[in-house]
Amino acid sequence: MNIDWINFTPYSALAGGLLVGLAAALMLLLNGRIAGISGIVGSLLQRPRGGDFGWRIAFLAGIVAAPLLYSLVALLPEGRIETGWGPLILSGLLVGYGTRLGSGCSSGHGVCGLSRLSGRSLVATLTFMGAAFLTVFVTRHLFA
Amino acid sequence: MNVLTALLAGLVLGFGLIVSGMGNPSKVLGFFDLAGAWDPSLAFVMAGAIAVGVVAFRLARGRTRSLLGEAMQLPRAQDIDRRLVVGSALFGFGWGIAGICPGAGFVLLGAGSTQGAVFMLAMLAGMGLFQLQQMRPQAAACATNA
Repeated sequence: MNIDWINFTPYSALAGGLLVGLAAALMLLLNGRIAGISGIVGSLLQRPRGGDFGWRIAFLAGIVAAPLLYSLVALLPEGRIETGWGPLILSGLLVGYGTRLGSGCSSGHGVCGLSRLSGRSLVATLTFMGAAFLTVFVTRHLFA
Repeated sequence: MNVLTALLAGLVLGFGLIVSGMGNPSKVLGFFDLAGAWDPSLAFVMAGAIAVGVVAFRLARGRTRSLLGEAMQLPRAQDIDRRLVVGSALFGFGWGIAGICPGAGFVLLGAGSTQGAVFMLAMLAGMGLFQLQQMRPQAAACATNA
């Protein structure tokens, strides 16, 4: 195995991870909810009842506002997308459809589910991580 | 009140994704590229998030109300079925193509990325497609009842 030492950022990755965990903890302990992004977006599309609309919109607005606030105090790290338009759209369709069918994404199953020791989320996480490893192997090495 | 705390949680999550590098799709793909120059950073993101998450879920165990008095609403599904596995696999294929998960998509949107916005539109379309498909059997059932 060949480790990419130049791009390896263990400290900022860990610090960012702690923040992601803190966000999940805030949602759980204050709002009594799972901070699962795909589930929150999906239930907005299903037109939730009045009381469940506001916090969902606010949560997503917080994520969107984060880069704006961040850029006021520091240089926002680059978010580089190297995928062409066709594959990018295919990717979005798969992520949207798949997370709804599988009832969760990296936040709901990966962070919250594993934290609550859910067997269902462990299977989901191993499956989507495995599928992502496989996809990159195929696109970068088999058909590069 | 729950709106303000959700906004705060969303902000913290967004900062976490930015700081960790999860908001950078090319870095995420670097983690998934085991056979190339592998960047193990993402494993540290997961480890950090789960370390805090485990404590939070332990604190929440047995509670019926949150600290703000909201009803605790945790998933009750336990079954590991075809739907869970197929859905997760499709998500993983999509994640492996562009390196963008739903959370990172929202961060890219806020950062003003056109590609991020296109991804998000496609993601919403995928979710809409799922929903239409879910509604169809119901519509058929209504038709037979009528």
